[in-house]
Amino acid sequence: MSKKTNMIISALLLLALFGAVLGLEQMLPPTHIALTVLKKGCIYALVAVSMNLLNGFTGLFSLGQAGFMLIGAYTYGILTIPVADRASVYQYFDGGIVQFSVPVIVGLIAAGAAAAVFAWLIGLPVLRLKSDYLAIATLGFAEIIRAFFQWDKLGRLTNGSNLLRKFPTFNSIAFPFIVTVICIGIMVLIINSSYGRAFRAIRDDEIAAEAMGINLAKHKRMAFCISSFFAGVGGGLLAMYQTSIQAATFRSSMTYEILLIVVIGGIGSVTGSCIAAFLFIASSEWWLRFLDTEMYIGSFKVPLLRTGFRKVVFSIIVMAVVLFARRGIMGNREFSVSGIYDFFKKKFGRKEAAK
Amino acid sequence: MLKVTDLKVNYGGIEAVKGISFEVPEKSIVTLIGANGAGKSTTLRSIVSLEKPASGKIEFLGQDITGKDTDYIVSQGITLVPEGRKIFPDLTVLENLKIGAYMRKDNLTDDLNWVYDLFPRLKERHWQPGGTLSGGEQQMLAVARALMSRPKLIMMDEPSLGLAPLIVKGIFEIIREINRQGVTILLIEQNANMALRTADIGYVIETGRITMTGTGQELLVNERVRQAYLGK
Repeated sequence: MSKKTNMIISALLLLALFGAVLGLEQMLPPTHIALTVLKKGCIYALVAVSMNLLNGFTGLFSLGQAGFMLIGAYTYGILTIPVADRASVYQYFDGGIVQFSVPVIVGLIAAGAAAAVFAWLIGLPVLRLKSDYLAIATLGFAEIIRAFFQWDKLGRLTNGSNLLRKFPTFNSIAFPFIVTVICIGIMVLIINSSYGRAFRAIRDDEIAAEAMGINLAKHKRMAFCISSFFAGVGGGLLAMYQTSIQAATFRSSMTYEILLIVVIGGIGSVTGSCIAAFLFIASSEWWLRFLDTEMYIGSFKVPLLRTGFRKVVFSIIVMAVVLFARRGIMGNREFSVSGIYDFFKKKFGRKEAAK
Repeated sequence: MLKVTDLKVNYGGIEAVKGISFEVPEKSIVTLIGANGAGKSTTLRSIVSLEKPASGKIEFLGQDITGKDTDYIVSQGITLVPEGRKIFPDLTVLENLKIGAYMRKDNLTDDLNWVYDLFPRLKERHWQPGGTLSGGEQQMLAVARALMSRPKLIMMDEPSLGLAPLIVKGIFEIIREINRQGVTILLIEQNANMALRTADIGYVIETGRITMTGTGQELLVNERVRQAYLGK
């Protein structure tokens, strides 16, 4: 199958998926849990792919994702709250110092840009570190950022430990879907470009990559900034989804959730991250919910089912995945139309031969 | 073409290279032979700045490249085929080759055809991940990848390491062929016999110093070299 037909069919499938999701939205009541899962899943897919770009494709084990999402969320909020609403949002800080507001799209791009700028600055010292040391340093950075944004002295900008709210949000799933598709599309283009090849070369063997003339410091910083940019956009989307921003929600547990998605989906697989993001959100928010409520069969009370049991089961599932499917759902392969085509052709071809 | 003067390099706290000088004339094959830990690899690595020299001077085509950035040195026309091949295992053969040409932005078709002519096996396997190739094929890929940068000087660190004798023979034939096509070669080897038979000029390194030099043939028949490195 040629590359062009592959692209066209993939695009058509994506369009069909988009149509199906919009149709679903029309049919279901607006508060249905499936819609929540799809919206949040989109956002997590975007952030998971951005983390995969760094951890899976460049081999830099970074745990700063929640920190960059926080920067993105705050940047989006600060820049887009309508001027008229600023007085009430910043009621303890004289209406804040930012007295303008920008359109949503500009706000999201600024969210990514702010995260990328922070990444560039932090990358200067931190990217000299390797593996676990880099993970610890970036994790520490994320925690510092979270505390920093709640600092009273910055209140006129960040509203201190109070909520940021009243910024524009989305109702339809179309918005996060489109933004996510565009962002992931850009990341896939980067991964397949000569820069992406250089990132993967660094992951495979730093010394050989350097001997080929790849400037390690420059390329690592580039991957770090790109990853953080999209984490920042994801943070902005998450703010829109939650309709308010509070630094306390961007804990390191959020980074672990995203890391989990990346690992379950397959380190080094974009489609794996997307699939895993929806599976993760669906099971944690929806499919395992029934475990949290007491259930009676006749007069028999089913044991173990109570609030919090969901999390126990979820952890066991995760452990099982990590133990028995160590490379995740997709490994480092990609889910593609031509892959399926080849698969069926092989099967079919074998049957033909058997006859 | 390459002139190294009084090079000293520290590696892991010890002085691994203690002031060596040698020259690689244009279009020649030069080999540095010596035992494990004599400082051969460190010398090559310091030429492309993977190791920073403590003192001394490295000149390439009359230009002082001592301690310049690796990407700059590569762009000037020196490539290293690292010890132990170090191909990129998860990248396909074709991607490995494209990385070799990373410093150049022009059309690669001619160069791909060139290396595919030298190594037809790589053409057959261009879609396979590098890690699935056999040891000999990986060494071919490492050499081909280095050639993709269109080097004027290619430096090879133990290309025969861990390969069967027949394959080693093939690798050395390729080295001669590349040289015939005008690429200068600096080779380091523990397989002194093969290296000296191939080389125009040989240097013997012992514990960070050059102790002997001569043409390949002279060293092959030299009594001390025969005793120490050829096991005769």
